[in-house]
Amino acid sequence: MSAEQGPLAHPTADRTYSPIAWLSTGALTLVIIGGILMASYAPRKAPLSVATGLLVAGALLLASAGILLVRLRDFSRKTFMKVFKWAIFADLVTAAMIEFAFVRDHTRGASLVIVSWMLVVFTLSVPTTIAFTVARYADD
Amino acid sequence: MTDTVERSALASPGGPPADRPKIQVVPLKGLPISAFAVVLVIVAIAGNWEWALVFCHVVGGGLWTGIDLFVGLVIGPILGRLSIPARAEFSARFMPKMVIIMPTVVMMTLATGFQIARKMGNLYANSPNHPWLIASFCVVGVMAVIALGILEPANIAVLFEMNKPVPNGERIGRLMKRFIYTAGITGLMQIATLIIMTRVATQ
Repeated sequence: MSAEQGPLAHPTADRTYSPIAWLSTGALTLVIIGGILMASYAPRKAPLSVATGLLVAGALLLASAGILLVRLRDFSRKTFMKVFKWAIFADLVTAAMIEFAFVRDHTRGASLVIVSWMLVVFTLSVPTTIAFTVARYADD
Repeated sequence: MTDTVERSALASPGGPPADRPKIQVVPLKGLPISAFAVVLVIVAIAGNWEWALVFCHVVGGGLWTGIDLFVGLVIGPILGRLSIPARAEFSARFMPKMVIIMPTVVMMTLATGFQIARKMGNLYANSPNHPWLIASFCVVGVMAVIALGILEPANIAVLFEMNKPVPNGERIGRLMKRFIYTAGITGLMQIATLIIMTRVATQ
């Protein structure tokens, strides 16, 4: 038996799923672009229409991922939730730190609202991608 | 994810299952160190404490760049030439540590870096460093999407697969290919970061 077919060999064809991880990663990409836009204008006011557009597009991608997730059959929701709760804990710490930095730097009004909602999309999209990637291969 | 089960059976070819320890996906022992770093960064930002801001930025940034370059340009190519069981064995010991180390050093670097840039006036459009900072934001953005959207999910999926009674070697190999390719891209992005940061420091 070759090294490639050692104790871990277990060839099976993995099931094909809807592009949930791609959608949630797309949402992450859009809010990161929005975040870069907001940060590159700081301490001045960023063009809020572009930032809002990126936020809305990101939220729509994330919502689409959520709808596809809910409609999945024969999917380990137990594993998904187990991974999701740990990942969201870690991302909440990161998001809280970013929010703290923006508030500390006197970001106020509509800019702060947009940044906060971008952080909500960030906090939900990363755990969704991680938990889905793990749960799609779960056996239970 | 932090449960450590004493032993799990791993199927061995032509014999009874071999015993091996289960992998702890999130090493709990590392969390206090991570929590300390978070507190230090909060204190530095809240108190506008210049030394602590620079300390966290230099320590976090140095580790982040060094680890990414070493993993991307040294470990990654070596891993690519290993057999799938050897890759899996390496990952079982390496990736749980990365789960704690990388988010901590990234948080330290970015949170304090933004504050330092604001304090030094580099965020203003008329600053000669402003275009370099925007370039740095873009590089960090690319690295964040790769790390959070591609690399981290694959790493954690590998660890879960390794914890199964009979891990799927082909699946682990496929997931680890993501690690090998993206680690190389991240390594190149870090070279761009080195160029940008040395430009910012010398203008």
